[in-house]
Amino acid sequence: MRNYIIKRLLAAIPTILGISIIIFLIMRLIPGDTISAMIGTQYKLTETQAASLRAYYGLDKSLPEQYFLWLGNALQGNLGLSVRAGTPVLSEILSRFPLTFEMTMLAMIIALLIGLPIGILSAVKRDSALDLFGRLLALVGMSLPNFWMGTLIIFVLSVYLGILPNSGDYVDFVVDPLTNLKQMIFPAITLGFAFSAAVMRTVRSSLLEELNKEYAQTARAKGNTETVVILKHCLRNTLIPIITLVGFQMGYLFGGAVIVEEVFAMPGMGRLLLSAISQRDYALAQGTIVFIAIIFVLVNLLTDIAYAYVNPRIRYE
Amino acid sequence: MNNRNFQKTTLGRLLRHRTGTLGLVIVALYLFVALAAGLIAPFAPEEMHTKDRLQPPGGGSYVLGTDEFGRDILSRLMHGATNSLRVALISVAVSGVLGTLAGILSGFLGGWVETVLMRLMDLIFAFPAILLALSISAALGPGDSNTILAISIVYLPIFARVARGSVLQIKEMEYIEATRSLGAGKVRLVLQHILPNSLTPTIVQASLALSWAILTEASLSFLGLGTMPPAPSWGLMLSDSRKLMELAPWMAIAPGLAIMGGILGFNLLGDGLRDVLDPRLRALVKKQK
Repeated sequence: MRNYIIKRLLAAIPTILGISIIIFLIMRLIPGDTISAMIGTQYKLTETQAASLRAYYGLDKSLPEQYFLWLGNALQGNLGLSVRAGTPVLSEILSRFPLTFEMTMLAMIIALLIGLPIGILSAVKRDSALDLFGRLLALVGMSLPNFWMGTLIIFVLSVYLGILPNSGDYVDFVVDPLTNLKQMIFPAITLGFAFSAAVMRTVRSSLLEELNKEYAQTARAKGNTETVVILKHCLRNTLIPIITLVGFQMGYLFGGAVIVEEVFAMPGMGRLLLSAISQRDYALAQGTIVFIAIIFVLVNLLTDIAYAYVNPRIRYE
Repeated sequence: MNNRNFQKTTLGRLLRHRTGTLGLVIVALYLFVALAAGLIAPFAPEEMHTKDRLQPPGGGSYVLGTDEFGRDILSRLMHGATNSLRVALISVAVSGVLGTLAGILSGFLGGWVETVLMRLMDLIFAFPAILLALSISAALGPGDSNTILAISIVYLPIFARVARGSVLQIKEMEYIEATRSLGAGKVRLVLQHILPNSLTPTIVQASLALSWAILTEASLSFLGLGTMPPAPSWGLMLSDSRKLMELAPWMAIAPGLAIMGGILGFNLLGDGLRDVLDPRLRALVKKQK
């Protein structure tokens, strides 16, 4: 197992480097000049002033030079300075990360709370009204765009219930858990609903497959009740694809958070990224995307390791 | 073709698959609206009726109401279908062709070609799809062509992986070995034997990818990085509706339903195609019946 983990960790390094190169190049394609975007139209800079600012931010160097400079600094925890705010990019990201992380985790919990029981019931009561409901809900969940769902939630809450979920400053969970959860719950539902559909479908199909396997029939023949067969035998084996799904979807939830944060006006990493893009703040946009992508790679790595842990055949392949 | 033969064809089998048929009907309807929008839409998508601003559905000659500029929402939805499906179809065609080609070359040739191509695909796959699409769109600037390019790049690895998997399986089969020993060249092997036999999973994947492409296009337009105003786009219409939600909720409901319907249709069609085209699944469905 240790060898497997080391092998996977080493394999992640070129991926992360590749990601950083791709993002670095993409960010350099953004039209417009960073210095002009930073200064705005209000002030005019002389050529000398603009050149010295470019030199200060390292924008006068060649692309490979800029990349290696950025990489060298990044390895020391320095992702550069936000040209708009003048603050370190890493501190900007880290100040927004807890919100996005909390929202993603809540979305995951909500998705499992909805998806697991409905998926299990759908499989156990196959072809019943409950199964039909579960399958319909999964179809709706898969097809419902999260930005539309969020917009509708805001509309219903504000017009019919007089609640404004995206009003006021964001409150940290440690400061006021109740207010924090009130602010978080609707964005998390919006983010997690589509994932609950994937959980439902996976649980249903995996459990149906397990229920028809020989070991389940043997367990029944031994006189075990259906509840025992499901809970003690089949459900355990269903957990393997669920672990994989949860792991791989975590990264996608981080990606989806960009849109949900925009809909609910939540000051997380997603909004930080969108404002960095619109303000042509290269360093901030680049740092945020690389940060999210690295989390995505690390979560996938952890999923692989967890999968290898529960399924020994994987680590010997 | 007699009835028995017809039923044996994919279309026949798909028409006997309930949810697959529903998907096919929805997709056909969307394609019809997209193609005929110019003929069947009551108004031009950008035509403003300033006296009829924010008319609720059914108000006057506006079935789905009007927006803040007095533009007919139904007409914009119909033309939005043209835009959304065009972007989705071209993106999926580009990523499907290039991805399948990369997958077939990797699987068939192996060696450094496989290493280079598949590591590149792994890199693209290492990003959450929407994040990469958003980054590319932001870099290239908004607009349909750039959206198409962004979506095409994002979905390349899926097609490459599917095609490579099929080729690896097919190239070990006895009939390929037999054809090879009869003196068939690499190009003939790929074009005549491997490509046609590896297309089934790609077709299924294409249908599912179309649903993601519709969603990605709408998401990018919603964020202001896709279709540019005043062109009609479902995502853009939804984005515009947010500031007027309390006053004119119909502005948000119609485009949202249109996006959802499109995604649902291609999802159902993809699921149906997977069931009828995969012989193992077909046997399982039959057994379960």
